[in-house]
Amino acid sequence: MNINLNVELVEQGTTLHLVLSGEIDAYTAPKLKEELLPLTKRAGASIIVDLENVNYMDSTGLGVFISALKSTKEHGSELKLVQLQDRVRRLFEITSLDSIISIDSTVRGGN
Amino acid sequence: METIRLDLENYRNLLKEYLVTKDETALYRAEQFSKLSMQHNVSPEEIVHVHIEALKELYPDLPEAVDDSLNFLLEAMISYGLAYQEFTTLRQKQSELKSEISVAARMQETLLSTVKPDIRGLEIGAISVAANQMSGDYYHFVADKDDDTLGIAIADVIGKGIPAALAMSMIKYSMDSFPESQRNPSAILENLNRVVERNVDPSMFITMFYGLYNPNNETFSYASAGHEPGFYYHSRKNEFEEIEARGLVLGATEQAKYKQYERKIKKDDCIILLTDGVTECRLGDRFIERDEILEVIQTYIDLPAQEAVEQVYKHFERLQDFHFRDDFTLIIIRKNV
Repeated sequence: MNINLNVELVEQGTTLHLVLSGEIDAYTAPKLKEELLPLTKRAGASIIVDLENVNYMDSTGLGVFISALKSTKEHGSELKLVQLQDRVRRLFEITSLDSIISIDSTVRGGN
Repeated sequence: METIRLDLENYRNLLKEYLVTKDETALYRAEQFSKLSMQHNVSPEEIVHVHIEALKELYPDLPEAVDDSLNFLLEAMISYGLAYQEFTTLRQKQSELKSEISVAARMQETLLSTVKPDIRGLEIGAISVAANQMSGDYYHFVADKDDDTLGIAIADVIGKGIPAALAMSMIKYSMDSFPESQRNPSAILENLNRVVERNVDPSMFITMFYGLYNPNNETFSYASAGHEPGFYYHSRKNEFEEIEARGLVLGATEQAKYKQYERKIKKDDCIILLTDGVTECRLGDRFIERDEILEVIQTYIDLPAQEAVEQVYKHFERLQDFHFRDDFTLIIIRKNV
């Protein structure tokens, strides 16, 4: 089973693209947190997290995004999630986190 | 040191005996010697050292290369001995930790234990199985003897293991301390949200579904804090309907409000509540879909409620290649009058 997560950062001025691929679970969430949290501390930064290639995420991953959101409010940055696969999107919907985290509405396929 | 010297004498004699006779009894005694050395904490390199000394006494004119290679072996064994010592210490520490965790797990079991109450006209089945030693799932029944109502809480702390278990205990005690007047589901969730928001790590959150059944008007009122949707089972149509209830997870923001929903429950119909440990089940590389879970529940729904939840759990446990990533909790409540 693939339990890896790859994280790639592309900076364009104040826009920070964080492209993730793999799975976000209890084992990989600490890595995501380590990469994402420092970015949210840059005032004025606009962080776009691309989840197109994330085929599995559990609640531990949601926890990382909640703490990232809290940190953006504290430090004056912005967080947006894009290209979510259906299964991942459903998690944000069930938990109603889509009401407080900005999520783009483009519907993706995925398994 | 006295014993070691005695042992050298002993070892040399054994070695000599074996080299001359090739007798197996010498081998057997060497084995005893090893066991005894271990009991006296004699390290492997000491035995190698004893061997080298004994060999040199027996054969004073060893070729230089053999002599060097024996020293080489001794050095290698010294490193081995150190690593092994460290390994033994770690293993001992690990077993200490394990026993501490099992004490904590038993304590959690006691703290969070809940009794399935006898409520007029209701039949209740509940199962909760932890993926690891300590569970982050929680369910609780609160029966009010004055007005016959039944409160049902089902919750899932994100994160696993000990931090999740500790957060669960906090939730339970907060709920116990809420005044009687605040027992409606939306008020309970609003209060809990504040407790969680103030007291737990920012990356931690809790999902919870809270329902209150009133047998006097046969009404089930409920609210959800981002919890995995449960199901309403229509027995006459043999159909499941998702119980829709929107609400933010506990602990994400301070000001969350929770909408309260209501529905009448008909005779023989069921309320089915679960945690995402049930819906995030995997079969090899594949996820088990919610529809498949419903099919399994449907198979056993006519059994008495407790038997039904146990059979559903056993079904998933039996599947080959199946593994629980998460704690598994399932509750079935049937109205039988």
